Amino acid sequence: MRETTLTSSTSTLVHTTLPSTYQVVQSVLKVLKRNSSAGRRGGDTQAQARAQAQIRGRKMAAGFKTVEPLEYYRRFLEFGAPPTDAPDKGYVVPNVDLSPLCSWRFRSGPPGEEAQVASQFIADVIENSQIIQKEDLCISSGKLAWVLYCDLICLNHDGNILDACTFALLAALKNVQLPEVTINEETALAEVNLKKKSYLNIRTHPVATSFAVFDDTLLIVDPTEEEEHLATGTLTVVMDEEGKLCCLHKPGGSGLTGAKLQDCMSRAVTRHKEVKKLMDEVFKSMKPK
Amino acid sequence: MAFLDFRGGSGRVQIVSKRRATCGRHSWSPRVGACVLRTHLVRKRALLGGSNKPRLHVGSRAMEGAMQTESKIRADSRTEPGPRGPGCSLRHFACEQNLLSRPDGSASFLQGDTSVLAGVYGPAEVKISKEIFNKATLEVILRPKTGLPGVAEKSRERLIRNTCEAVVLGALHPRTSITVVLQVVSDAGSLLACCLNAACMALVDAGVPMRALFCGVTCALDSDGTLMLDPTAKQEKEARAVLTFALDSVERKLLMSTTKGLYSDAELQQCLAAAQTASTHVFRFYRESLQRRYSKS
Repeated sequence: MRETTLTSSTSTLVHTTLPSTYQVVQSVLKVLKRNSSAGRRGGDTQAQARAQAQIRGRKMAAGFKTVEPLEYYRRFLEFGAPPTDAPDKGYVVPNVDLSPLCSWRFRSGPPGEEAQVASQFIADVIENSQIIQKEDLCISSGKLAWVLYCDLICLNHDGNILDACTFALLAALKNVQLPEVTINEETALAEVNLKKKSYLNIRTHPVATSFAVFDDTLLIVDPTEEEEHLATGTLTVVMDEEGKLCCLHKPGGSGLTGAKLQDCMSRAVTRHKEVKKLMDEVFKSMKPK
Repeated sequence: MAFLDFRGGSGRVQIVSKRRATCGRHSWSPRVGACVLRTHLVRKRALLGGSNKPRLHVGSRAMEGAMQTESKIRADSRTEPGPRGPGCSLRHFACEQNLLSRPDGSASFLQGDTSVLAGVYGPAEVKISKEIFNKATLEVILRPKTGLPGVAEKSRERLIRNTCEAVVLGALHPRTSITVVLQVVSDAGSLLACCLNAACMALVDAGVPMRALFCGVTCALDSDGTLMLDPTAKQEKEARAVLTFALDSVERKLLMSTTKGLYSDAELQQCLAAAQTASTHVFRFYRESLQRRYSKS
């Protein structure tokens, strides 16, 4: 299946049959149980939290890894030193992995352009929306801080990767539990108490809404891969619950007037409410554990 | 043969002499006299629309302090009625075209202290793996000033490439490649906007067919909601939100947008309106610059 098989006749089909009404998104959020094999000796760093988000056929799985000091590896540096220009901040490192598993378009090897752009987008969303305070990740100012590696692995690519990534990220962040760390004054080593864990403090809930633009007139919410391919432009709006915009990502493409943008904003607000409701439901059902 | 054109502010006397010196060094062609430096005393009407005072709207380095106070004053007087956009001025900009001999088109764009050099090769031969059967393959390479290009550069390359793809008439050159190479010479704020402007000028210089011109404008919002156009690096750092837009020249539609920080919907519309007004000045500069260039040769 190569790009060349999509001819102009397909694009006329798009114009005549796709309505410009809001397409309802069926999103299913499944939060997987936290992997409780942390005590296994010799095991690799364990995922602290996992969440899987599925939106109309696109699946993204997000996992969080924090380097856990197991008995075996105590001598190694388990945490990171905070950056010199911000001694009381930790790190959140997102990485989006688009592997050949999810689509025929990707090859194995170093991350391609789409994966890099998506990683940068997620990093921007984390920073702009202040979803977690990096100060919360600091254990001891200037010496030790948590490094949260967020790996977003695409399981199935059917377009609209950025939305799915944001949902998965949010769900996974809500599920992360960091163990308590104290620094022993005599030995100056960190001591991790795996029995006492606490959830991260999530301050805002950014939700992304993507649109595909066709010839400056038609706007489709939540495009599939085929729609994205035929579109002349895309637009992603990330909004948090107060109606503040964290990110307006429009990477080129055909032009949009101010009025059309306004339209997109109002749909983004509706979408945010739906997603938030769904997420709250899921987490409420999960909490007593 | 390089063509230099700029629009200066009050410190223009200094700038003129610097430019003359540079021009003298580079222009080794018999048409030395053709290296014309036009100095304008530009007194543009206030972007605010209601003010009658002729203001110098293109600040120079020396005037930066004054510019800050100007914007504060304007912010205070925002309660005046009338259709006024939040005003602020653009820094002085200059553009030099055809300064490199190897690329098909080249341009250097200066905005205040930010400077970007762009070179365009194309339409040229394309690798079989990258060729598209019915249009030209556009490629953008952005080199940072120091260090190796990273993920942030890749993201910016994609933004610039998609913007160029929307305006370049690729269908006229199928199975070819058009490569835009951007080198950051100095970064003092509004880098992405400067890159976009340089890319546009270089594409024009190369003679690549386009359906419209495009320009980049940056807006910064600080913590009390004051809007600043074309912020410096310091202003960007202190701002609550920085928004960069690419607008096309035909209908001032939004081609590209990338933002950093938190802001509300109303603020977005405000910034967009201000950017659209500012883009008028940039497009006028493009037009006059090109008119002057082709009228001499």
